[in-house]
Amino acid sequence: MDQILGNIGLLLEFPVVNLKIVLDGIMVGALFALAAYGLALVWGVMNVKNLAQGDFVISGGYVSWWLVQHGFPALLGVPIAFVVMWGIGWVVYKLVISRVIERDLFTSLLATFGLAIMMAQILNLLFGSDTQSVDLDYDVLYFFDGFIDVPIAKLIGVLMATALAAGVIIFMKSSRMGQAIRATAQDARAARVMGIDTEKVYAFTFSLNSAICGAAGAIIVMVWVIQPFYGISYSIRAFVIVTAAGLGNLPGVIAAGLGIGALEQYGAHIFGIGYQQAIAVMLLLLVLLVRLIQQRRNRQVLK
Amino acid sequence: MTRNKTILYALILAFTFVCPFVFPNFGTQLATLWLMIIVALTWDMTGGQMGYNSLGNIFFYGTGMYVAALISIGMVYDVGDYTNAAGGGIYAFTDAQYFGGLFLGIIGAGIFCSVVAVVIGYLTFGLRGPYFAIGTLGVAIAAGELVSNWDWVGGGQGIALPVYPGDLDTGKIFFYFLFAAVGVSVFVFVKWLYGTRFGAAINAIRDDEEKSDAMGIHTLRYKLYTWAMAAFFVGMAGGISAFQLIHFEPLESAYQTINLGIFMVVCVLLGGKGTLWGPVVGAVLFHLFKEVTWNYLLGWQWVALGALIVVTVVYFQDGVMGWLMHKRPEWFGIRIEEKIAEETE
Repeated sequence: MDQILGNIGLLLEFPVVNLKIVLDGIMVGALFALAAYGLALVWGVMNVKNLAQGDFVISGGYVSWWLVQHGFPALLGVPIAFVVMWGIGWVVYKLVISRVIERDLFTSLLATFGLAIMMAQILNLLFGSDTQSVDLDYDVLYFFDGFIDVPIAKLIGVLMATALAAGVIIFMKSSRMGQAIRATAQDARAARVMGIDTEKVYAFTFSLNSAICGAAGAIIVMVWVIQPFYGISYSIRAFVIVTAAGLGNLPGVIAAGLGIGALEQYGAHIFGIGYQQAIAVMLLLLVLLVRLIQQRRNRQVLK
Repeated sequence: MTRNKTILYALILAFTFVCPFVFPNFGTQLATLWLMIIVALTWDMTGGQMGYNSLGNIFFYGTGMYVAALISIGMVYDVGDYTNAAGGGIYAFTDAQYFGGLFLGIIGAGIFCSVVAVVIGYLTFGLRGPYFAIGTLGVAIAAGELVSNWDWVGGGQGIALPVYPGDLDTGKIFFYFLFAAVGVSVFVFVKWLYGTRFGAAINAIRDDEEKSDAMGIHTLRYKLYTWAMAAFFVGMAGGISAFQLIHFEPLESAYQTINLGIFMVVCVLLGGKGTLWGPVVGAVLFHLFKEVTWNYLLGWQWVALGALIVVTVVYFQDGVMGWLMHKRPEWFGIRIEEKIAEETE
């Protein structure tokens, strides 16, 4: 208890520390938001809850890491991970996901859970269970007498995440395929009547989600570490964000992503790093409860 | 009950008694098999019969472990001293203290878990479908993380309990029969329960919750009771596991969300959701599959398990019992009138 109060006191005594925590949180949150956006896309378009989301992220990270081990420049890892994970996403769609779209939601939840276990273990067998990362030889920028340190690598990561998100948004807004995806999300049957090949749209959407996750993973491996079993924590955060923001609410997803990143950093600072995972999960429960109470208020009863 | 059925049940019961003596090398395996049967049967109470797919039943298993351990330790020593790794004290248990703590601990674990189930259920039963699954999964993960940061109960190190006083092989048989006793009582209990009005009510909730609400069934109350009953048995199973494993820690053995927590769901789906025998058949098949892959496919066992989950869920969701019911309806007392069948064709 004393330690917690001490940590809060530290925040009040040195306001600059707040700025550092918020900055860190936003950097983490930007990547969470990417994975969450992919989840919201798949959830909204084909009504599949993908619990393997985090494992796609980690797989993308390993693609990039493997390339760097074989002499490729690190920044090239992001587009290559995007392409490779696109292919993997397509294969996964054809083998598993295409068969669970029409089923109830628990089926997709459980099927992707099985997928998550498989992917994590295959990565473990291929690359070992050590944590891995890619070192970028860039400087670190210091502000406020060294109180705040911003590695340029992290800045590049956030910029790439922003560029990717912007690219996806423009694509969804202006391309024919983006229009078809949005139409299918609104009403799949009507879209089919209008001549949209929904099967193709589903395959495309899932591959796109997998590719976004892969690119996010390739960025994560440059700025933090990855490990085969870290996937589940990214999946949980993606669920927290999407549940909090709601489907099809892109600005909401980004805001929630950044907010959860910052909240988690604050929580880790105040309660200690051991509670970081617990805080993410508690946030999920909190969001679910708040939503429940909101809905209960709308429920009508005859008296 | 027909005579054939009585003979079948008697045979199975006799086999249960003889099993650990016929296969003495598999004592622990058979005990684990009973554990799987217990968790699968109790999962099916909410998942199969009531339509609420919980991914968090493992929470009661872990909580049961901790409660049983804390009761049995707390009766003799101070828990904080006992779990303090730096203390280095020697804590001996007499036979009476061991068995007294064991039985009180197991019963206490069951009662505590059903009370907790009512509290958590009150908060989460408003969630429907996949949200309920995610919410309960969240409860289980959060509990594991919080307990592993709680030093009073041993933190991430977990708790080491006293060893069974006496011969090691006798201990194995003792725990086998503890699990078997709970398992048989669960089976008898649910067999009786599904035939009562209560069983009909929870089936109505599964089929259409709004309509059953409108028909005057107090749905929340039924949901809470069902979950509390399931939690009681899972908590007891957790309590037995705590003494059987001797040492356990929060994330990998108590709140093992991605191991046992998901296995119980797969067992039920494999055997057939919403049937009486499905969870039992599924648990036996799953345990066999798991042990075979663990022995012969070491390293790839998790891949094989993940593949089994995906294949079961995607291609074989009715399970063994559902498939049998489709192929051999007469075994289940469903008669198809030949004439009508011909006419409809």
